[in-house]
Amino acid sequence: MAAQIFSAIFVIIIGVGGCVAYFWGANRLLDLIFPSRGVSGAAAINNLRRQGYVRPWLFVGPALIILAIYLIYPVVATLWLSFFDRGGTSFVGLANYEWAVGDHDLRNSIFNNLLWLAVVPAACTFLGLIIAVLTDKIWWGTIAKSLIFLPLAISFVGASVIWKFIYEYRGEGQVQIGLLNAIIQYFGGQPQVWISLPFWNNFFLMVILIWIQTGFAMVILSSALRGIPEETLEAAVIDGANPFQIFWKIMVPQIWGTIAVVWTTITILVLKVFDIVLTMTNGQWNTQVLANLMFDWMFRGGGDFGRGATIAIIIMIAVIPIMVWNIRQANKETGGH
Amino acid sequence: MATKTGKSFIGRFGVHIAVLVFVAIWTIPTLGILVSSLRDKDQIVASGWWNSFASSSQSEAGRLPGASAKTQKDGKYVIEGNIFGDGPKREISAFGVKSSAPTQYKAGSVADLNDGVTLQMNADGSFVLSSPKPFEGDRGQRVYYASSAPPKFTTENYQTVLFSEGIGRSFMNSLTVTIPATVIPILIAAFAAYALAWMRFPGRALLIAVIIGLLVVPLQMSLIPLLRLYNGVGAFFGVPSKTYLGIWLAHTGFGLPFAIYLLRSYIAGLPREIMESARIDGASDFEIFVKIVLPLSFPVLASFAIFQFLWVWNDLLVAMVFLGTGPDQIVLTAKLNALLGSRGGKWEILTTSAFITIIVPLFVFFSLQRYFVRGLLAGSVKGG
Repeated sequence: MAAQIFSAIFVIIIGVGGCVAYFWGANRLLDLIFPSRGVSGAAAINNLRRQGYVRPWLFVGPALIILAIYLIYPVVATLWLSFFDRGGTSFVGLANYEWAVGDHDLRNSIFNNLLWLAVVPAACTFLGLIIAVLTDKIWWGTIAKSLIFLPLAISFVGASVIWKFIYEYRGEGQVQIGLLNAIIQYFGGQPQVWISLPFWNNFFLMVILIWIQTGFAMVILSSALRGIPEETLEAAVIDGANPFQIFWKIMVPQIWGTIAVVWTTITILVLKVFDIVLTMTNGQWNTQVLANLMFDWMFRGGGDFGRGATIAIIIMIAVIPIMVWNIRQANKETGGH
Repeated sequence: MATKTGKSFIGRFGVHIAVLVFVAIWTIPTLGILVSSLRDKDQIVASGWWNSFASSSQSEAGRLPGASAKTQKDGKYVIEGNIFGDGPKREISAFGVKSSAPTQYKAGSVADLNDGVTLQMNADGSFVLSSPKPFEGDRGQRVYYASSAPPKFTTENYQTVLFSEGIGRSFMNSLTVTIPATVIPILIAAFAAYALAWMRFPGRALLIAVIIGLLVVPLQMSLIPLLRLYNGVGAFFGVPSKTYLGIWLAHTGFGLPFAIYLLRSYIAGLPREIMESARIDGASDFEIFVKIVLPLSFPVLASFAIFQFLWVWNDLLVAMVFLGTGPDQIVLTAKLNALLGSRGGKWEILTTSAFITIIVPLFVFFSLQRYFVRGLLAGSVKGG
C-alpha cells in the first residue's frame, strides 16, 4: 500500500513535471529553430510568422493526442465493431442490429430509458425551479439550498445504498426498519418490496436520480431567476398579477433558455444512467436500461463486443440531436470572437 | 428577491413550511445512514433508525430450565436463574406464560400459575419459579416477556468496516486513482484552452466545435475499443492491462473536453487589453500564458479541479472496466457495490461503508461550494 501511495505521488510529480517540461521545452525549441531575436529584421519577422504557425499546435497538441486516443478513435471503432461478431474479428454486417430490433431485453431497456427520459428531467427541472423560487423568499434560503444541493456530491452507488435502506422490506407485522415501509405500516398499509414491484419499481429507481439532480437544476435556475430584471416583476405586481401568474407568465418565459440547458443536461445524464440500476436491481424485475445492458454484454460470457458496441451506438444516436444543438448554440455565441 | 408575493402571514408561513418539507426529504435519507452507521448492529435490525434514541423494545419468548435445575427451599421446590443467561442483559417490563397474553404480569410481580405454582420475574431478568410439588420433565416452563434495551451508539461498525471489510484499503485506492486523475488534465487543458481562446490558427473553429461535440459523447462509446486497446497493449508489452496508469489516462481523456470547454470560455473572457499590452511589451504567448493567464484563471481551475475530483471519486463505470477487483485495486464505489452483493442485508456494514464513501465528497463540497457552483454555472452542458 505504501508503494502504491508512493507511486501515485511519483506519477503526480512526473505527470505535472512532464507537462511543464514539454510545454516549456517545446516553446524553447521553437525559439531556437526560428530565432526572432538577434537576427536581421526581415528574418525576424519571417521567423515570428513561422512561430505563429507552429506554436498553437504545440499548445493544443497534448490535448489533441489524448482526445484522439480516448474519445475520437473509440467513437469510430465502436461504430466499426458494431458490424463485427462477439470477438470483434469477423464481419457480420447488420446482424447485431437485427438482433437489437428483435431482442426482448433490449426493447425493454429502450422502453425503460424512455420512461426515465420522460420523468427524470421534467421532475428535476420542475422541483428545482419551485425550490429556487421558494428559497429566494426566505432568510434561511441559502442554508436550505445547500442542503438540497448536497446529494449532488454523493456517488450514485452511495445514493443507491441510502435509498435501498429506505426501501428495505420486512414481512408484514414485523418491525420495519426501512423508512418507507415503516410509514406505510404506520398508516395501516401493506409493506411492499418496492424494487421488485412490477412497472412502478422503475419509478423508485428514478427517485434516486431526481434526489441527486434536483440540486443541480435548482442552482442553475436560481441564478437565472436572479438575472430577471426587477422592473418586469414590479410592473406585473402593479398590474395586479397574482403570484402564480407572475411565476408562469413573467418568470418562466424569461428563463426559458436556462430551463432548456438544464433539461438537456439531465437528459444526457439519464441516457448514461448505469450505476443506480446496477446496484439497485442489476436490471432484474424489468428495470434494465441501455447503459447497464451494454455493460452486461461487455462482460457476459467473456464479453460480446459486437452487441455491446451496438447498444453503445443506440445510446449515441439518442445523444446526437442534443450534440448538434449544443454545437449550433456555441457557434452562435462564439461567432464574434 | 423583490417579488411582492407571499406578503400575507399565511402565504409566508406556507413558504417556510414548503421549504422545510423539501429540506427534510433531501436530508433525511443521508441522515438515516449516518445514524445507522453509529448504532449497535443488533439494534439496527430491532428498530428503525428514527427510533434510535428511544429504548428499543421487543417481545421475546424463552424457556425456563427443566426439572434438573431445581433446589429445595422451605419445603418448596424452587428453580432460580436469569432468563438472559450469560448473554447481554436487557430490561424486562412485563412477562406472561401464555402466547395469547405475553405481557400479562408486570415485571417484579408474582404470577400464580395454578396448583400453587408461582413465577416471579424481575426487571433484570432474574426469576423464581416455585412449586409445592417436585417438577417433572426436562422441558421447562415457557415464558414470554417484553424487554427493552437502552439506546447504544458505537464506533465499532467503523472499525469493522475499515479494517476487516477492506474499506480502508479501498479508501486508499480511491485516493490513488483520484488525485493524479484530477491534477494531470489541468495543465494540458489550460494550454489548449489558451490556444483556442487567444491564438489564431486554421482549424480553430472546427476544433472548438469538435470539443463541444465530445462533451456529450456517452462514455459507453469509448469503453469497448479502449478495453481492447488496453488488452492489446498489455499483451504486447507483457504487462497487466488493468493498471493505475491506465485509469489515470482514461479519466484524463474523459475529463478533457469539459476541462477545455470550461477553461476556454473563462480565458476567452479575460480582458483583451491585458494581453495586448503584454504583447506590446514583447512577451511571447508562453510568457503571457504563464505569467498572466494562469494566475488570473485560478477560480476556474479550482472549479474544474473540484468537478473532476468529485467525478472521479464517485465514478463506478470506468473503475469497473479499467481496474481489477483485487484488494490492491478496487476503489470505494466498486467495493460498496460488491458489498451490496456479499453483505446484502447487513445494514451495519452497508450504511457505514456508504458513509465512508461519501464523507470525502461532502467535505470537498462544503468547503469549496463557491467554486463548485461557479463551475456548474459556467459549464452546465456536460451533465455529470
